[in-house]
Amino acid sequence: MTERYDVLVVGAGPAGLAAAQAAASHGVRVGLRDAQARAGGQVWRHDVLAGVPRLARRSIAAALAPAGVEWLAQTRVLLAEAGDLLVEDPQRARRLEYAALVLATGARELLLPFPGWTLPGVTGAGGLQALAKQDWPLAGKRVVVAGSGPLLFAAAATARRHGARVLGIHEQAGREAVARFAVGLWRWPGKLAQAMALRAQLLGTGYHCGSLVRRALGAERVQAVEIEGQHGVQRLDCDLVAVGYGLVPDLRLAHMLGCASEAEGAHERISVDGAQRTSIAGVYAAGEVCGIGGRDCARVEGAMAGHAAAGAQARAAQLQGARRHARAFAAQLRRHFALRPEVRGLAEPDTVVCRCEDVPLCALDGYTDSRSAKLATRCGMGACQGRICGSVLAELGRFPRRGDRPPLFPARLSSLSGEAAANPRDA
Amino acid sequence: MTARRVHLEVNGQPVEVAEGSSVAAAIARLGVPCRRSVRGEWRAPLCGMGVCFECRVRIDGVAQQRSCMLPAREGMRVHTDD
Repeated sequence: MTERYDVLVVGAGPAGLAAAQAAASHGVRVGLRDAQARAGGQVWRHDVLAGVPRLARRSIAAALAPAGVEWLAQTRVLLAEAGDLLVEDPQRARRLEYAALVLATGARELLLPFPGWTLPGVTGAGGLQALAKQDWPLAGKRVVVAGSGPLLFAAAATARRHGARVLGIHEQAGREAVARFAVGLWRWPGKLAQAMALRAQLLGTGYHCGSLVRRALGAERVQAVEIEGQHGVQRLDCDLVAVGYGLVPDLRLAHMLGCASEAEGAHERISVDGAQRTSIAGVYAAGEVCGIGGRDCARVEGAMAGHAAAGAQARAAQLQGARRHARAFAAQLRRHFALRPEVRGLAEPDTVVCRCEDVPLCALDGYTDSRSAKLATRCGMGACQGRICGSVLAELGRFPRRGDRPPLFPARLSSLSGEAAANPRDA
Repeated sequence: MTARRVHLEVNGQPVEVAEGSSVAAAIARLGVPCRRSVRGEWRAPLCGMGVCFECRVRIDGVAQQRSCMLPAREGMRVHTDD
C-alpha cells in the first residue's frame, strides 16, 4: 500500500509542525509523521495533568487543521530509499512516497555512564520530564536532578508540578560559565522570560554549579547518590535521580538517506544550506537535527524548510535573519555548558556502557572502531541498536558510531516481508 | 480537570491510571521494574521517549513493546520481565 505526498515531514515537534503548516499554506499535499501518539515532539509533549502550553496548542492546531495535511501518528520509519519511506504503524506497514522530504527528527538526550546508572530509578533529565508528563508517579518522591544545560530547570519544574520533592539541581558547568550565559540572555528576551518563569517555579530548590553526580547507590533500585561539588563529596538519600548532559541530534534517518553531516562537538549534525536543503536533492532538514538550537530555532527552520519544500524559496529566504539570531543562542549554549573532562571520566572499568547487552567499559579497551567492538563484544547490537552507547562512546572519545543498518527500529516481520514481496530484487 | 480513568492489568494485578498515561506509568504505579538485563539486573525506563528500550514489556501477548511509547488502554494485559 502506497501513499503519495508533495511534502512529507518526519517528526511533529516544533520544527516539523512549522514545516507542515508552512508547506500546507501553498496548497500542496502534506504528510506529517511521528512515532508518538500525539503531535508536539518532546518539548511540547502532552502532560496528562497540565496539557500543553498555549504556543504548543496553537502550533499543533495550525499544523494539523489544513485540509491538505494528513497526520500519521504512531508511525515509525523502517527503511528509506530515494523518493519513499517504508513505515509501520500499530496496524500495518506502508510506503510513503514524496516529492520533497523534511527531516525534523529532533534530538535525543546525551546520557553518560556512571557507576549505578543502570539502577531502576535513574533516568535522564529530559527522560524524567517525559515520564512525568506520561503520569509516571512522582508524588512525594525525593528527586535529584543533575547533568547540564537549561533542560535541568524544565525537568525539575515538571517534576515539582507532579508532586516530587526536588532535593536540588546539580549543574556540571562552573558558576562563572553559567553566570556568563545568564548575562548574555538579554539578547533573547523570550528565553530570558522562560528562564525567569522556570526559576520562579523552582523557588526553594537549590541550584548547584560545578556539581556532579558521581555514583548512584542502591540494591534493586536507586536509594542514594554521591555528589561531588565545590564542598567535596556528599551522599544524598533519594528515590529518583535524573541525569542528562544535554542533547544530541538524531541523524539515523538522515544518514540512511545519505545526507552529508558535520561535527557538533563529539557528535554530528546534518549539513544544510541557507534554505535548509541537505546534500540530497529534495531532502530538507530543520531544527535540532541541524544542531542543538532549541525550540525557537526549530520553529524558524521548520517554517523555512516547509516553504522551500513546497517550492516557495523566496518565502523561506525571508526568515534567514530570524534563523541567524536563533542559531546564535545555540552557540551560547554550547560554549557555556561545555562538558568538563571529569564528566567523561565517571564510568569505571566495570560500569556497563551498552545497557542492552550489558557490556562494561573495560571490554571495549583496545577497539578503535564500532564495527570490530560490536563483533567481539556485542556492544551496540541490542534492542536500542546503539542509540545510547553509540553517543556515549563518541562523547568518551572511544570511537564514533558508524554503519547503521535498516530497519531503523525493530519491526514486525510482516512489515519487512511485505517489503520483500514489493521489491523482488531485495528478496 | 478530572481525567477519565483507564483500567488495566500488570502482572495479573489491577492498576488504574488517568486516560493518556503511558503503560510505563501504569507499571511504575505498581512499583515494579520493566525487565531483567542479559546479566539479570533489573531495569526500568531511562529516556522516556522510546530511544533506550529499557522499558520493554509484553502487552496483550506481544513481546518487546516499549511501554513509554504506548498509552494505557482499557483491559490491557501487561507482563514485565520476559
